[in-house]
Amino acid sequence: MMGARKKQKTYRFQGGVHPPEEKLTAALPTEAMPLPEKIYIPLSQHIGAPAVPVVKEGDRVLTGMVVAEAGGFVSTPVHASISGTVTGIVDYPHPVGRNMPAVVVESDGADKLDEKITPPPDINSLTGEEIREIIKNAGIVGLGGAAFPTHVKLSPPKDKPIDTLIINGAECEPYLTADHRLMLEHPEKVIGGARLLAKALGVTRVLTGVEKNKMDAVQALTGATGSDVAVVPFAVHYPQGAEKQLIKASVDRVVPAGGLPMDVGVVVQNVGTAAAVYDAVTDGMPLISRIVTVTGPGIRTPKNLRVRIGTPLSEVIASCGGLAPDVRKVILGGPMMGNAQFNLQVPVIKGTSGVLLLTESAAEVLQPGPCLRCGNCVRVCPMGLTPLMFARYTELGMFDEAAEFNVADCIECGCCAYECPAHIPLVQYAKYAKAEIQNRKRKAAG
Amino acid sequence: MKDVYLITSGPHVHSTDSIPRVMYSVVLALLPAVAVSILFFGAAALMMYAISIITCIAAEAACQKIMKRPVTVTDGSVLITAILLAMNLPPSAPWWLVVVGSLTAVVLGKQVYGGLGYNPFNPVLVARVVLLISFPVQMTNWVSPAPLFSGIDMVSMATPLGEIKTELLTTGAIDLARYNYFDFTVGFMGGSLGEMSVIALLLGALFLLYRGYITWHIPVTYIGTVFVLTGIFWMYDPTSFANPVFHVLAGGLVLGAFFMATDMVTTPVSPRGMVIFGLGCGILTVVIRLFGGYPEGVAFSILLMNAATPIIDRYTVPRKFGYTRPDEAGGAS
Repeated sequence: MMGARKKQKTYRFQGGVHPPEEKLTAALPTEAMPLPEKIYIPLSQHIGAPAVPVVKEGDRVLTGMVVAEAGGFVSTPVHASISGTVTGIVDYPHPVGRNMPAVVVESDGADKLDEKITPPPDINSLTGEEIREIIKNAGIVGLGGAAFPTHVKLSPPKDKPIDTLIINGAECEPYLTADHRLMLEHPEKVIGGARLLAKALGVTRVLTGVEKNKMDAVQALTGATGSDVAVVPFAVHYPQGAEKQLIKASVDRVVPAGGLPMDVGVVVQNVGTAAAVYDAVTDGMPLISRIVTVTGPGIRTPKNLRVRIGTPLSEVIASCGGLAPDVRKVILGGPMMGNAQFNLQVPVIKGTSGVLLLTESAAEVLQPGPCLRCGNCVRVCPMGLTPLMFARYTELGMFDEAAEFNVADCIECGCCAYECPAHIPLVQYAKYAKAEIQNRKRKAAG
Repeated sequence: MKDVYLITSGPHVHSTDSIPRVMYSVVLALLPAVAVSILFFGAAALMMYAISIITCIAAEAACQKIMKRPVTVTDGSVLITAILLAMNLPPSAPWWLVVVGSLTAVVLGKQVYGGLGYNPFNPVLVARVVLLISFPVQMTNWVSPAPLFSGIDMVSMATPLGEIKTELLTTGAIDLARYNYFDFTVGFMGGSLGEMSVIALLLGALFLLYRGYITWHIPVTYIGTVFVLTGIFWMYDPTSFANPVFHVLAGGLVLGAFFMATDMVTTPVSPRGMVIFGLGCGILTVVIRLFGGYPEGVAFSILLMNAATPIIDRYTVPRKFGYTRPDEAGGAS
C-alpha cells in the first residue's frame, strides 16, 4: 500500500524533448458543446474488430442506446450519442484518412436518455468481473488516443500477474488540456475510476502520474484521494505520457521490446478512461462524449469542449467561433503524434483528445536537407534507436537493414523529427518501413 | 471535397534548429580565432580568408550547377570549409596554394561524394594532406606572428613541434626552456593561421558546447589521450619527450579536437562511438608526433579515424530500450 502523502520516487527515461507547451486552453473550464443536428458514429473507433450494427435506417434511437455490438473480444460496442432517427449506415470520412462505415443519427433535439441506463444497485458489492463487464458494455476504450478496448487491458492472461495500475495524466503533448481540465474539474471521477480499475485488476498499488506543469491538477487529485491512490508529479518531458516511458519513470521497469506493459506487471490507463469507467459504473452511462481541446493559432476561440462522439469537426469548429482565414492543417490529437485531416467532415471519435488548427505559417512544410549525422535523433530517441540509420535504409528501400536497426520498436513519438536540423521526416520513414516490413512478412507467410 | 487541408506525417511542430543555424553557429565560433589570426598576420591573413572563401563558394556552386543539383552555398557549410582551410595553412601561403587547397577541399573532399552529409572524410583535412604531400616546402614555410600595426616584419620561424623534432634528431635531446606557454595560449607561436590562439579557439568551442552542436566526448577524450600518453613518455624520459602541457598547447591539437574531430558528418553519432573516436585520434596523434616522420599528426589522425567511423558506428549502436536481459527488466514481484 502506497501512502498518498509519501513522496513517490520517480525515475528518468532516456531521450525525449521539451517542445514549447502552448497550453492555450489550460485555464478554460470545459463547456458542453451544443448538440449537433447530425452525428456520424463510426463502427470502428478502437483497435480491433469493428462493431456490428444492430440498427437500421428509420430506427428511433435514444441517447446511450447501443447502435452496434462488439465485433469480437478485442472490440467494443458503440452507442448513440444523441436521440433521434437513424438515417442510414454510410461510408463516411474517418480520422484514419479514408471512408469507413458509420451510423448516421439525425437529432430530434430532445437528447432523451435511454431509460435502461440506471446505476447498479450496489456499487460496492460489484466484483472485478462485473466491473469489467460494465466497462465492456459501456464501450470504453483508451481515451489517451490509442483507443485500445479497456476491458481487454483488464483481462491479462493468467501467466501475466499484474501488481501495479498507473493512471496516465501526463498529457505531455503540447497544446492539449483535455486531461488537465478533467483532473481539475472531476478529480473524484479520476480517483474513483482508478479504484474501480484497480478492483477489476485485483491490484493494490495504484499511482496517477501528472506532469509538473499541472500542479493544480496534482493538488486536486491529492485532495480527492485517500491513502490508496498515489498522485505522482513527473518532470515535464515529452514523451512522459508514452506507456513504456511512463512505466519506466514510475516504477523503473523496462517493458521488453515487442512486449506489453503486462509483461512487467503493469497496466496503464488514461485519466479520461478512468473517469469514463467511473461514469459507466456509478451511473450506468456508456461512453457517448469526451472532452476535446480545440486549439491552435487557426481557431478563433480556443476551448475545452465536451463533445458527443460522432460530431463532425465542422460543427466543433463552428462552436469555437470558426476558423482563422489561413488555416492550412487540421490535426486530430496533439502536434507531436496527431493525425492531419484533409477535411472537416471527419467526426470526433472516442480517441480524439484534441483538434489542433495550424495556420499557414505554423504549418510550414520544411524541405528536408541532407543528414548531417549530428546525432540529435539518437540522443532524443526514448527507445534508444538510431533513426538516421533506419531512415536512410528506408530511403534506399533496404528494409531488412532498416529492421536490423529495430525500426519495429519505434513508438512514433516524433522526438527525432522534431529535433532534426535537416528536417528529415524520420517518423514518416519509420511508419513506411514498419508497414513495408509487415507486408513482406505477410507475403512470406503466404 | 470542398475543404482540402494539408496532410503530413507528425510531428507537426519542429524545433528552431536547421542546417544553416548549425553551420552559421560554427562560423560564429570560429570568428575569435579568425580575429586573432588577422590581428597577428594582418593583410596576409585577410587575403587568405578572402581567397579561400571566394574559391570555395565558386567551386561548390559550379559543382552543384554541373551536377544539376540545387545550389546550397548559402547554407553556411561551405563557409566553414573555407575558413577552416585557411586556418590550416601557414600564414605565408601563396595565393595559388589557397586556391588549390580550396578546390581540393570542396571538389575532392566534398562534392564528388554528393555534397554535404555524404563525404566520408573531413574535406579540409583532405585538402591539407594533399597540399602537405604535394607542396611540402610551401606548406612548412612558417613565419613568426607580426601583430597588426606593430611594424614588425614576418620572419621565418619554425613551429614548436617542428623545432623539437629537429632538435631531437640533431642533438638527441630537447630543451623546452625557451618556450613560454602563455605565448601559446594567446597565439604567439609559429604555426598554421588558425591554430595559434588556444584561448580564442576555446572561446568558440565553449559557444558550440553551450549550443549543443558539439559534445565534450571527442575533444575531451582526444586531448585527454594526448595529455596522458605524452605524459607517460615525458615521465619516462623528459630529455627526449616534451611535457604533456606542451603537446596540448603546441600545434593544431586544440583546433583539430574542437573544430575538426567534431565535424558531425565524418564522426560517430553515439557518445560511446565518439569516445572511441577521440581515443583513436589521440593515440595516432601521439604516435605520429613522437615517432613519425611529421612533427604534427592531428590531420592524419582525424582522417584515419574518419575512415574508421562507419565501423565504429556499427559496433556502438546505443543500448535500446527494452533489450535488457530479462532479470534486469524488473517485473511483477
